[in-house]
Amino acid sequence: MRWLLGKQPAGTAFVTPYVVFLAAVFAYPLGFAVYMSFHDYFFAAPGAIVDRPFVGFENYVTVLSDPAVRRSFLNVGIFLLINVPLTVVLALLLATALNTAIRWRTFFRVSYYVPYVTASVALVGVWLFLFNENGLVNSILGPLAPDPSWLVNSKLAMPTIAVYVTWKQLGFFILLYLAALQNVSKDLYEAASMDGAGKAKSFWNVTVPGVRPATTLVVLLATVTGANLFTEPYLLTGGGGPDGASASPVLIMYQRGIEQGNPDIGAAIGVLLVIGVLLLALLQRRLLERES
Amino acid sequence: MKHKLTAALLGLGLAVTTAACGGGGGGGDADAAAKARGEITIWLSNNPEEVAWGKQMVAAWNAAHADQKVTAQEIPAGKSSEEVIGAAITAGNAPCLIFNTSPASVSQFQKQGGLVALDSFEDGKSYVEERSGKVAEQYRSTDGKYYQLPWKSNPVMIFYNKKAFAKAGLDPDKPELATYDQFLATARKVVAGKGAPFAIYPAPSNEFFQSWFDFYPLFAAESGGKQLVQDGKAQFASEEGKKVAAFWRTLYAEKLAAQEKYTGDSFVEGKAAMAIVGPWAIATYKDKVDWGVVPVPTSAGKPAAETYTFSDAKNVAMYSACKNRGTAWDVLKFATSQEQDGKFLTSTGQMPIRDGVAAAYPDYFAKNADYKVFADQAARTVEVPNVPNSITIWQTFRDAYSKSVIFGQQDPGEALDGAVEKVDQLASQS
Repeated sequence: MRWLLGKQPAGTAFVTPYVVFLAAVFAYPLGFAVYMSFHDYFFAAPGAIVDRPFVGFENYVTVLSDPAVRRSFLNVGIFLLINVPLTVVLALLLATALNTAIRWRTFFRVSYYVPYVTASVALVGVWLFLFNENGLVNSILGPLAPDPSWLVNSKLAMPTIAVYVTWKQLGFFILLYLAALQNVSKDLYEAASMDGAGKAKSFWNVTVPGVRPATTLVVLLATVTGANLFTEPYLLTGGGGPDGASASPVLIMYQRGIEQGNPDIGAAIGVLLVIGVLLLALLQRRLLERES
Repeated sequence: MKHKLTAALLGLGLAVTTAACGGGGGGGDADAAAKARGEITIWLSNNPEEVAWGKQMVAAWNAAHADQKVTAQEIPAGKSSEEVIGAAITAGNAPCLIFNTSPASVSQFQKQGGLVALDSFEDGKSYVEERSGKVAEQYRSTDGKYYQLPWKSNPVMIFYNKKAFAKAGLDPDKPELATYDQFLATARKVVAGKGAPFAIYPAPSNEFFQSWFDFYPLFAAESGGKQLVQDGKAQFASEEGKKVAAFWRTLYAEKLAAQEKYTGDSFVEGKAAMAIVGPWAIATYKDKVDWGVVPVPTSAGKPAAETYTFSDAKNVAMYSACKNRGTAWDVLKFATSQEQDGKFLTSTGQMPIRDGVAAAYPDYFAKNADYKVFADQAARTVEVPNVPNSITIWQTFRDAYSKSVIFGQQDPGEALDGAVEKVDQLASQS
């Protein structure tokens, strides 16, 4: 039994349920998705005799030659370029402000967190009220309002969604930064002050390096969340319009895999997305850790 | 976070796992199942009027068949009933009958091995054809069998708001909406006269089924009853299809129709002076809009008696997980008998797909003149084509339509031509 349970049988016993959970809930479905992506696969009734032959990379060729899929990956790239930097900058600045002794601090902290815990469906209504053709934003802008309007403008639809998602999720990332700020030694701020640093210099030379591990986490989480964008383009732009300008890979995956009954194609998109996110995360980690 | 993607993959994986594991009433020996009797479950749509009808139908059946009890429930909540049904087929827990099967999904459910051919019952084919007449032909699958019983239709027509028309200086009793030119002139007057911000407001979003409520009814009318795909070939890039596309493009280009999705009911809320919808909506409009109704327009203004439209039908199908198919078949016939169809019509205002529906229920139509026009229109409806990859075909069409007609990023004619090859290829697959 020793070869099976190792030197610490109790430890192995404690870990086993989680390993089984991971294998059943994450590893097996992921493996099956990869399997599906290499077969002519579709869902069938139990007992139905169906043929699901191995097709090699055929599904990947179909996916990569589909302009809608390529467009969706480009769209999510645009989304990440706007969403991730904006999230990091705003979350850090607001967390720093909320970490100082200001009046109504708790109220503001809760206010920023409310959108994060509110259902997207409810918040989308607010956003539509703001950004539709006759919405508040266009009323304020008057003749400067874009035509076509924000959510039906092929250049502005995805940036509008990116700003919406940033706003919705900001509260969560502010919390991460607030936690990280508690670990930045006050001595460092005092030392910086003694050296004549103002608030801006102190922020740049003490706060930013002090929360670098949190920044790594925020960048990673924002990237992974953004890459899995679905609800917002679906609800805000009615299925990825205009002309697919706001379609995300997960939205296309849903259309192809679930709506159209081609789970093999959906799985191939999913596998490509996983690979893309892993590469991006690796790149970000290298860059951020090298700087530290 | 990774969890959303993982969840999506997990969903795919779990469904497959369930399928692989089998069990759950795969149907067993089809011949034995076709004769088997006993308890069955049926699903109804979530429409309150339909649920009320379903409950009385089930109560009537159960009162006379204590040994073959029927249990009815609403389709479980989900993003769409088609997705819920697809998942139930894969999991092997679909009910015996679903009184809300979308014709567009039948080819997919059939491919999944989820449906029972009604022809497998001795009187299956004859019952379908006798009840529905020649309209039944549109619901026959490519293998020549019926996997769905044509149940009810909601012939799509143009509703208009009489007050909005009057406000814009138009005669609400004689609206000029028969030809494209008349329709456009009326639409311009409605908007210019501030009858409503938009003349008409079909959903401009990109879901595959939205074309059923803008392009398709007008295409059916213009083409004299053609389906989107016929004999394996796309029909939408024909001269008729291009005329329809050009008509809608004009409405969008002149902002007589909106490019933005509206979350409420634009017609009820006065955002649009017209709506393109079936009689199911009358209950919604009651006491809210003073409406009138006309057939969808054609380029030359065909008479109403010659105008086709989209059926917006929902049908009944029997699912292969059903063990007591003998009972299910009898329940299906009972629920679509002339008596039950009459009760359905009375409860919901939706048209049973029966040959000569107006003549079958003269008292009802005498008392409900509003519905008579829909009964007449029901004789000239076009269904979605029953072909492989039906939903993918509709999405392909919608993408081309959306890009060109709604958003004007391509010439509509070119866009339709561009979609033909892919649609033909999809329709030819098995």
